Amino acid sequence: MAGVNEPELLHAGLNLANHPSEKQAQVESDVFGFWVFLMSDAILFALLFVVYGTMLDATAGVPAPHTDFKFSSSFLETLALLSSSFAYGMVSLNLKLGASRRWIWGWLGVTFLLGAWFLRLEIGDFTDMVAHGETAQASGALSSFFVLVGTHGLHVTCGLIWIVIMAVQLAIHDIDERVKINLIRLGLFWHFLDVVWVAIFTIVYLRGLLA
Amino acid sequence: MDSMVWHSLFGRFVWIDLPVVKAWQDPTISNIIAGAAAMIAVFGALAGLGLITWLRKWRYLWSEWFTSLDHKRIGIMYVCLAVVMIVRGVIEGVLMRVQQDLAVNAPGILAPDHFAQFFSTHGTIMIFFVVMPLISGLVNFAMPLQIGARDVAFPFLNSIGLWLSVGGAVLVMVSLVIGEFSTGGWSGYPPYTELAFNGGVGPDYWIWAVTMSSLSAMLTGLNFAVTIYKLRAPGMSWMRLPLFSWTALCTAILMIFAMPPLTVATLLLAADRYLGMHFFTNDLGGNMMNYVNLFWLFGHPEVYILILPAFGVYSEVVSAYSSKELYGYVSLVIATMAIAVLSFTVWLHHFFTMGQSANVNAFFGILTMLIGIPTGVKLYNWTWTMFRGRVRYTAPMLFTLAFLITFVIGGLSGIILATPPLDYMMHNTLFLVAHFHNMLIPGTLFGMIAGCQYWFPKAFGFRLEEKWGKRAVFFWVVGFYMAFMPLYVLGADGATRRTVEFSNPAFQPWLLVAMCGGFLILAGLASLFVQVWVSVKKRDRLAVPVGDPWDARGLEWSISAPPPEYNFVSIPQVGHRDAFYWRKRNHGAYKPADHYRDIEMPKNTGWGVIFGLGMAVCFFGLVWHIWWMAILFGLLSIAAGLVRSFQRDLHKIIPAAEIEAADRHWLAIAAAATPVSRHLEETPSNEGRAIWPE
Repeated sequence: MAGVNEPELLHAGLNLANHPSEKQAQVESDVFGFWVFLMSDAILFALLFVVYGTMLDATAGVPAPHTDFKFSSSFLETLALLSSSFAYGMVSLNLKLGASRRWIWGWLGVTFLLGAWFLRLEIGDFTDMVAHGETAQASGALSSFFVLVGTHGLHVTCGLIWIVIMAVQLAIHDIDERVKINLIRLGLFWHFLDVVWVAIFTIVYLRGLLA
Repeated sequence: MDSMVWHSLFGRFVWIDLPVVKAWQDPTISNIIAGAAAMIAVFGALAGLGLITWLRKWRYLWSEWFTSLDHKRIGIMYVCLAVVMIVRGVIEGVLMRVQQDLAVNAPGILAPDHFAQFFSTHGTIMIFFVVMPLISGLVNFAMPLQIGARDVAFPFLNSIGLWLSVGGAVLVMVSLVIGEFSTGGWSGYPPYTELAFNGGVGPDYWIWAVTMSSLSAMLTGLNFAVTIYKLRAPGMSWMRLPLFSWTALCTAILMIFAMPPLTVATLLLAADRYLGMHFFTNDLGGNMMNYVNLFWLFGHPEVYILILPAFGVYSEVVSAYSSKELYGYVSLVIATMAIAVLSFTVWLHHFFTMGQSANVNAFFGILTMLIGIPTGVKLYNWTWTMFRGRVRYTAPMLFTLAFLITFVIGGLSGIILATPPLDYMMHNTLFLVAHFHNMLIPGTLFGMIAGCQYWFPKAFGFRLEEKWGKRAVFFWVVGFYMAFMPLYVLGADGATRRTVEFSNPAFQPWLLVAMCGGFLILAGLASLFVQVWVSVKKRDRLAVPVGDPWDARGLEWSISAPPPEYNFVSIPQVGHRDAFYWRKRNHGAYKPADHYRDIEMPKNTGWGVIFGLGMAVCFFGLVWHIWWMAILFGLLSIAAGLVRSFQRDLHKIIPAAEIEAADRHWLAIAAAATPVSRHLEETPSNEGRAIWPE
């Protein structure tokens, strides 16, 4: 962990110690802006959770969403997403320690595969539910379930596309400053999706399975 | 053409959707008005485009303005957008007053559905495409200058925000020419705006226009907040931040947290309408009360998003035109923050009558009244700032004085409405319409106009002439009182809002006065245009190149007018509140820099324009169910946003020699200028350099 103790290092994961301080301030504000964006995005999810909570009983005679929850798949989804976050942690470490981009590509690839596996499982869940007549159009409760969990899935999809884009940019630009900043932002985004998923797993799936 | 081919190419569009065709086939007065409005919009747009072509200004506009990432130019473009849209908004307001005046036991000139479009577009335009752009514009222009920064934190994001707003405004304007706008009011309540009751394109136009504005505001707020947190000049501590920048920060925070509820509300409504879901429908478990909560979770903070920057402008204006330090600066800061926090705790007062328990209503009623306390603090601060000051009654100052008195009246009627039992009586009447116009016209619009007049010389290098400015104040203020005070009376008498025809003849005289007031407001708007026109013609006599025409206080006045692209030759060191005023008094102003260095600034880029307008076309496709268009332009926009992340050559270097030459040239102008005292402020001898002591 050579870089950590250097006093000039202003942001973990970014070796900009030799740059003038104006540059460091710039980078700091670039990353801070993304934190602010995530706060706004967190509000969006909070509201979708609230809507879901108020519509739990709005089943309109159709079976409630939780009747089709499966512990096995939601547990595997959790496993996939959390380990993909670990994989992204390795991307950040490699970035910080100045590893060659082959390592970064490698861990980005692992993150991508785990994220894709998560998405595959989630889509499987959704198609099962639809096959049982539990469509988003069937009741308010199902609408709010599909939109809450689906919005998270959509975020994961965006994250996967972003991973591909970063892999391409690594090929074009190598690890330059903008690639570093965007990898840090992507990391924040990816871990944020984990946090949201933990809430979905707890509030939607575990709570539903207990019922 | 085969109907399937037609449908896949043009979605659900048919010729009768054009108001012009409709007016031709069924020439009622209402349809003719709609057709004429469409023609005016088309010919107005063509005339504008033709004029630019004739003057050969396309290349200039594209390379110097549309693609600019300069916060000052983006700010000015925001204001231009608002100016275009306010014309339509005010004319609609006047026509509604005409309709209600004529429609006492008579049909009037507007059909009910058409009238409903009027109040829906009027509200939507005024909130999202007049006042929001004015705020984004003024903050963009002035805040980075005030805090001593070269630009905002994310210049490209700024451009994206601007063009998203423009795209939303384009959608609203297009709805005038192709199809119709929503009839569901600016708040778009379901189930009325649901598919079952309103299957046409109107609510879809509303959904996508508002979504674009909402995304734009969220991104802009993020940008402002990060700029103020991270890019303040060295020494610009929180308690030295000019008050306008403080209000900009509070507004930015509100935008970050209050825009997502609006986006969620509009997108869930879209999910109902496009995907057949049941969030807010009448059947299958839909719950329209969720929408009302979501909308006002946005809507109430929005009120303060609109009002706080105006409070900031008033603080700057009162202090500058009284030649006094702002009285009780710290208490003003605390009051601003208190209002920002409280604004999230009162949303329920917009629907006391929805059926929650009396205790819940009482709780929110009390919280609502609490907001009166910090607001009252501010009024005292502004009053005390004027006390024993050297007050000059310029147009911005007159707007401020009109605000001080009028806003108190609006606040008092707000206390009435905040009392749930009284609200049960007043709910959904013209009393409410009078109340919120009473808050928003003096509380926001006057402030924004005053701000534009106050910073105009900084932006363009010459002052606005005062005579037409004062006429504008007269028409606006008298027009406001005549147009809206009668609505209090009418509302208390039971006249419901959004009503196309009244049957009570006792309403007639009040409606007549209100209509006359509407015309006076229109005259006020026209006076502002005349003011700018006259000022441009006389710009040589009004020139203030040195840049400090009001002997004002903030850093924005310490540089030339108009300012250079990079704002500051060297980033200023701030040692005091009212930094420039202190420097002027201590022989620190108009000095050359110790060293001139190269400055790096962002290069212009057109991807923001393509992104924003591409999104507008994508949403237009969604409105008309033209799926190929929505997909094609949606992807194009996303690609436009992504292209930039692959580019690397994003900055240009302005060489030190060029900067030094420009700075020395300006310093020579400043040295040659005769400093003037305040009683010569409005004379041609004011070149933007103040004399002290007087």
